[in-house]
Amino acid sequence: MTALNRRHFLKASATLAGGLVLGVSLPGRGEEKSGSVGEPAGPHLAYLVQIEPDGKIIIGATGSEMGQGVKTSLPMIVAEELDVEWDSVTVEQMPLGIKRDSEGNLAWLHVSQGAGGSTSVSEGWQPLREAGATARQLILQAASERWGVPMGALTTDRGVVIHTASGRRAGYGEFAAAASALPLPENPPALKATENFRIVGRSQRVVDAEAIVTGQAEYGIDASMPGQVYASVEHCPFRDGSVASFDDKAARRVPGVIDIVPIEGPAPDEFFTVLAAGVAVVADSTWAAFQGRAALDIKWHPGPHADESTASLREQMRQALERPGQVVLDDGDVQAAFAAADDSLAADYFVPYVSHAPLEPQCCVVHVRDDGADVIAPTQSPSGASRMVNRLTGLDRMAINVHISRLGGGFGRRLTVDYVAEATLISMAVKRPVKLQWTREDDLKHDFYRPCGLHRLSASLDDRGRLTGWRHQLASPSKYYRRPNVEADKMWEAELYPDDPPRRLLPNVQLQYYSMQSGVPRGSWRAPAHYANAFAVQSFLDELAHRAGQDPLAYQLELLGESRELPYEQHGGPVFDPGRLAGVLKLAAAKADWGKPLAGSQGRGIAGHFTFGGYAAYVVDVTVAAGELRIDRVVGAIDCGLAVNPNGVIAQMESGVHDGISTALRLEITLEEGRIQQDNFHNYRLASLRDAPRVVETYIVDSPHPPSGVGEPPISPLAPALTNAIFAATGQRIRELPIGEQLKS
Amino acid sequence: MTTFTLNGEDYEFAGAEDTPLLWVLRDHAGLTGTKFGCGAGLCGSCTVHIDGRARRACIIPVGAVADKQVTTIEGLARDGLHPLQQAWLEEDVAQCGYCQAGQIMAAADWLERTPNPSHEDIEKQQTPLCRCGTYARIRKAIFRAADIRREGAVTLVEPDGQEVST
Repeated sequence: MTALNRRHFLKASATLAGGLVLGVSLPGRGEEKSGSVGEPAGPHLAYLVQIEPDGKIIIGATGSEMGQGVKTSLPMIVAEELDVEWDSVTVEQMPLGIKRDSEGNLAWLHVSQGAGGSTSVSEGWQPLREAGATARQLILQAASERWGVPMGALTTDRGVVIHTASGRRAGYGEFAAAASALPLPENPPALKATENFRIVGRSQRVVDAEAIVTGQAEYGIDASMPGQVYASVEHCPFRDGSVASFDDKAARRVPGVIDIVPIEGPAPDEFFTVLAAGVAVVADSTWAAFQGRAALDIKWHPGPHADESTASLREQMRQALERPGQVVLDDGDVQAAFAAADDSLAADYFVPYVSHAPLEPQCCVVHVRDDGADVIAPTQSPSGASRMVNRLTGLDRMAINVHISRLGGGFGRRLTVDYVAEATLISMAVKRPVKLQWTREDDLKHDFYRPCGLHRLSASLDDRGRLTGWRHQLASPSKYYRRPNVEADKMWEAELYPDDPPRRLLPNVQLQYYSMQSGVPRGSWRAPAHYANAFAVQSFLDELAHRAGQDPLAYQLELLGESRELPYEQHGGPVFDPGRLAGVLKLAAAKADWGKPLAGSQGRGIAGHFTFGGYAAYVVDVTVAAGELRIDRVVGAIDCGLAVNPNGVIAQMESGVHDGISTALRLEITLEEGRIQQDNFHNYRLASLRDAPRVVETYIVDSPHPPSGVGEPPISPLAPALTNAIFAATGQRIRELPIGEQLKS
Repeated sequence: MTTFTLNGEDYEFAGAEDTPLLWVLRDHAGLTGTKFGCGAGLCGSCTVHIDGRARRACIIPVGAVADKQVTTIEGLARDGLHPLQQAWLEEDVAQCGYCQAGQIMAAADWLERTPNPSHEDIEKQQTPLCRCGTYARIRKAIFRAADIRREGAVTLVEPDGQEVST
């Protein structure tokens, strides 16, 4: 959606206290007809801007806060145009807001909600600015009428209306009630020039920071409803297995256990609701539910994937790559380029299945009533939760209230709402509010994992080692898991981004895909496809530079060339500018003393990548001694357009550094005889502080472009920068993740 | 019946003594600042103090804290903010924030005994896991908290560089 064609419907009305509330809805969806979910009711904020007569200003946070910072950055955008003091603003999480339009179609009540694809800031930028500016305009109009002066004679400053000629001043609250009775302006008011920003572009602290450090912030796990019971589910350890029989006599004797509810797994080949079959234990406390669950005796039907193992899947991938794949991009004539080449190189790279492992295991509270339902969930997809409850209960979407708690991490796991489905089914069975709590074991064994994949990269080179042809073959089980609506020949679309470089940087580029079969559930894991592709492509470019006897940075800069706009049709487009990618590589290199000699056991590597509209690069310094890897320093650079909250952008880069390190060092999910082998943090070993570099620096490109999201771009280039550094230090090329024990061999 | 002191007040738990302290705190005492992450003492999100020492509440049966002093994140600072909480704000450590109570409780114990920590001290003793990757800021915040403890500093530095007296 572009800024040009976006027009908004705004709606103002009075708060209970007689102040102004302002909502903003996306356009073209018609007027609401039969009420809305998420309108203000009682103490719940549902509108973006609320100004109380006492001057209190509340700005609604529309998105799901999982650590990526949108509960701070999105309200900052509103506050900027509203022209208030940021420190005086109260930010409150908004529930899901939807409405039914005159044609009976469902539409967003305000703006799209949820979080995925690093789109919150880029998509919210224009409508949130307009919402803030519109509220300010209404206040100005009310002041103009009250004081009998033209609007043009009034200005605002930090929540105060000023009539310069007379020196009169009054806070916004004075006009809130009158403003709420005014019609909305037909067109969005003029927006501030960016050079006049006082809030956007300046570092602000996470809005819930104090609540977090004092233990007051409310996550999904902290939510409750009156009269709730607690549930825990023993899930089938086999993908698509089922419950053959179970004996719950011992479980029912556990003190506190109230009921036992079997849960059917998803039907074969249909889109999932719950992820796995299981047996739920309902009790009067979490611990009683866990105890009851431990006392269950369940026999499982192992289902169709009981023989699957990681070794067998890898062997199938290896064999697949020996055959021609599905050609999904074929620029120029790759075959001719290879035939005419002075030199060529090929290398295989492997990335494993990994789990999201948010530190808060899946949980939620759901109450299905006869006439509606209430959901409190740490979800990236509140509308998905609403649809799921509708699908399972048949309740009208307008009768389903979804509240978004803070998320104890997301990373894409909470785009799926299987846990909401489970709690819904259990609540339907016991007819009470159900608080569902997964364990860490549940969470690691029942995830929508990042797909594993085997990449084969081949390059044809001229007599100076320059690229003349490029072939990238990828064998993987696609992220598109159990999607009956996705054709078999479209599975690649989640795994390969054809417009990624090096397309259009050389004439002959071919991409081939091999869709592998696996029973393991797959889903979106932070920067889907990009983590894997950046590892393969940026490692291979480093290999090519070394083969050509060239500096890896210089080699890549020559390939990228000057700044220009290349078409980019996949998510993150519509354009890719290789000059901006070169820009972050150069900035990181300059700040990291690229080219300066290091001690013998040290090495320095560089990598950059374009992900979802943002450009990021890292230079990593490592020491490898006696097989022990130490990451000494990471210097990052990002071009995300205008940095709405620079402090938050830096935090996301630091997050990309550490998540990238954690995933590259030790993380992999493996299968034996159909069972996931990892079950807790002793064998799914996240990075600890001991693994973290002592020096992490981030530099933000001063960019004239509008903001792009920063949740995902920072992770993709870290792993190849790290493994390129390891190569520089040791001459050992890491082509398989995780790094694990490879340096000890 | 297990009785213990919880954040300075007497607390009685009538349930089974093998109930993990974590679930007594969360489900019965209503103190939800202590988080569940692994249930196996591996991640540290549930770190509390028992008689002043950092312990992982998910693997401690409530019976084991009979007559002891239990302090949770809610009771860490009796008045205002603990230097670590203040430092956490100054460095704006939290992302999702889920692990941070456990991080602070862990550091609050060992920093007492290591008031001038080195990088090595932090790497050895600050063991709770953070999934978002806030380790760089945790490191900075621990150094900052050590400074605050020494100086009795009361100036809060905002992310934009402004200093605010507290």
